[in-house]
This record gives sequence, structure tokens and C-alpha cells, in this order.
Amino acid sequence: MTYIALELSDLVLAALLLCINGGLSIWLHLALERQLLVASLRMVVQLFLLGLVLKFIFETVSPLFTLLAALVMILFAGYEIFARQERRLSGWWGYGIGTGCILFGGALVTVYALLTQLEPEPWYHPRYALPLLGMILGNMMTGISLGLTTLSNRAVRERNSIETMLALGLPRADAFRPLVREAVRAGMIPIINSMSAVGLVSIPGMMTGQILAGADPWDAIKYQILIMFLIAGSTVIGAVTAVYGMVARLSDGRHRLRLDRLAANRPRARK
Amino acid sequence: MLRIRGLVRSGIAPFDLDLDAHEAVAISGASGAGKTLLLRAIADLDLNQGEIELDGRARAGMAAPAWRRLVTYMAAEPGWWADRVDDHFLDPEKSRDLLPPLLLPPEAMEWEVARLSTGEKQRLALARVLERTPRVLLLDEPTASLDAEAAGAVETVLRHRLGEGAALLLVTHDRTQAQRMADRVFIMEAGAVRAMDGEAT
Repeated sequence: MTYIALELSDLVLAALLLCINGGLSIWLHLALERQLLVASLRMVVQLFLLGLVLKFIFETVSPLFTLLAALVMILFAGYEIFARQERRLSGWWGYGIGTGCILFGGALVTVYALLTQLEPEPWYHPRYALPLLGMILGNMMTGISLGLTTLSNRAVRERNSIETMLALGLPRADAFRPLVREAVRAGMIPIINSMSAVGLVSIPGMMTGQILAGADPWDAIKYQILIMFLIAGSTVIGAVTAVYGMVARLSDGRHRLRLDRLAANRPRARK
Repeated sequence: MLRIRGLVRSGIAPFDLDLDAHEAVAISGASGAGKTLLLRAIADLDLNQGEIELDGRARAGMAAPAWRRLVTYMAAEPGWWADRVDDHFLDPEKSRDLLPPLLLPPEAMEWEVARLSTGEKQRLALARVLERTPRVLLLDEPTASLDAEAAGAVETVLRHRLGEGAALLLVTHDRTQAQRMADRVFIMEAGAVRAMDGEAT
């Protein structure tokens, strides 16, 4: 594969665009120049650090470091799910449920893809394992947090109808079924949308990257299809396990609605 | 039939009660006294402790849904989960007969929930409970939003059920209704229950 390697000077030229942005911000009194500067500095520093880490991990190809990096990624993804929820389960469950489900689904699908489809040598080769895991986690994160948010919001809003069903003697599985359906749907819609729009509206970043790096479009497309299937599969696993986990926590063995297990509501989640 | 010993939950003092078939007990008292909490605890809808038996079968030994089908709680503002009334009934066709005694036309079964008045909701929710023929009815202000005529119809329907062998634990703020309907009347104050004539139970 041949590709055009970038020089530092190329980056400086691209960064000139930001100077124009900054100038506009000052000229129009948008007061955005500081945020712009901080965000671009963060981007550069974070990516350079990532480059250092990846270079090290790719060169050592150690199962231990690969696993360590994967765990760090999963823990951050779990935290993102936690931070995006408006109403969380109280205590450790608030962080644990999203993290547990993303760990389960993400690991399952990544290992499955590595062992049976990509088959690098060795199978845990970080050059394949980590980018794959990253793409899977990014999408699972959205699916799980949408599923959990929908479920908890509706459980609070529809408390009365759920409790009426329980009072009439319906088991909790029946009383929660409409909410479960809605929550899983909410978690799956982004991936369904992106599968429908791909190729017509959007050219996925991974494919763009491969094409720029000199790959044959046909190979890039096959990769993209594989990735989309993996993402869809893992997102469904993640959303379903997380939603059922939360249902189990929002009810108990005596088929009661346990909204007391939600932490006190916060004004508004970020993002 | 229903035997309650030492029922405790947050908000109410330990509660004992024996309720026989054909018998109605009313609990009256100011709002916030814990009447609803008591009914919810008997139905096992909130965390609670204590021994409850129905016909000698312990509540603890039964699955909660099975218990609630026998000992059914109806909230003062019952919930609805589907768009149409009949979606809330097990057998809408058969249960149409329950509606005229409650002064509702049988067609009410096809009505949309969103267009029901509060009084209609309350009576349809009662029909929904009666359809399932529980042994014990735990009713929370079942006539609160009804006019005198509809309230009278509800009372007649409930008396009929008592005649058939059901038992009734009725929460009502209306003391004349309590005396009209119940064999025994209790007053609840700050989570504790006493007999209407003043002696503690």
C-alpha cells in the first residue's frame, strides 16, 4: 500500500484555517477564540499522546498491554454512558450497569471478529484489536445510553400505569414490556439510520481513511460492511442487556416498581 | 379470611386486622394519615414486613402476582396503559355486563381512554378489578370523583360482591360512606389506626 505521508509543515498549513476562525471570532465578537484554541490544543495533544501509546503498543504486540489498553477504553466508554444519563441507578449500579454491558458485548463481538473474520497473527494483534474495539465501543455507547435513558425516563413518567398493571396481578415482565420495547428501539435507531444512510449520505471515516491510505475501494467497502455488521450486532447486545439489567434493578422479586433505586434526578445531563 | 399481623412499613404503625368473607372494613382519616400506604403494603406494592394470610395461605409463600390477583388494590387515580378501554380487560366481551350496574353504557368498552372523565375512569377501573374477581378488594377512595348517583351505584355493586363472598377494605374520607358500607370503621391518624369509638385496636 502506498500513501502520501504528511510533513509537519502540512499540519501547520491546515492549522492556518483555525487562525482564520479565530480572527473571525474576534472580529465578530463571538468570544469563541479561547474555546477554539483550547479545543484545538487538546485535540493535538491528545492525538499525539494516543500516537505515542499506539506506537508503543503496536511495536510490542504484548497481550498484556493490549488488554490494558482495551480495559482503559471500556472504562472510559462506561463513564460516558454514566455521564450521559439523566436518571441513573443509585450507587455502583449507575456506573456498573453500562460498563458491565459494554464490557460484555464489546469483548464478545471483538473477540469473535478477531478469531473468525479478521484472523490476524497473533489474534490479539493490537493493530486490529484496538481500532476494531474502538469503533464498536463508540457505537455501543450511544445505543446503551439511549436505551437506559429512555427506560428510566418512561418508568418515572409512567409509574402509575406500571403500578396499576402490577396491582392487577400482572408479572413485572408484562408490566415493563412496553417500556422495554421502546427503550431497545431507541437504542437501535442510530445504527439502523446509519446503515440506511451509509454510501448515500455519508462516507464512513474508516473507509475514507483506508482509501486515503491507498487501499482499493473494493477492499475498503468489504471492511466497512464487516464493521457495520459488528457494530449493529454489538449495539443490540449492549442495549438489550443494559435495558433488561435496568428492568431487573427497577423491580424486585416481589414484582414491585422500585423507583427508589434511581438516584435523585439531576437538572440536565451534559451533551 | 384475610389475617394481618404486625404489618409494618415506613409511614405506618404496626397493623393487625382480621377480615372475613362478606365483611367490609372502612378506614377513614385525614389525607396524609397513611391510608394509601397501608393498602399498598397489604398488596405488597411497597417494601413492608409482617405476616399476612389469605384462607390460611401465607402471602410470603405465594408469588406476588398471584397474591395481587386475590388481594387487589385499586388506586384513587388508577393508571391506563393502552389507548382503548377494552385493551385493559381480560375478556372485554363478557365484561360489558359489568358496566350498566355502574351506570356506564356497554359501549364504554370501546371508548378511548384519553377522552374519559375522571368519574368514568374510576368506574371503568373498578370494573377492570371486578372482572378479575379478587377475594379481597382494597379500594382507595373508589367514589371520590363521582356524583351521589354514581357513588350509590358503586356502593350497590360492592354490596353485591360482598354478598357473593368477597371482603372489602375501603379507604374513604367520607365518614357517612364508611358507616353506610362497613361493618367496622377505623380512623387513621399519623400512621396509626384506632376504632371509630376511640378505643385502640
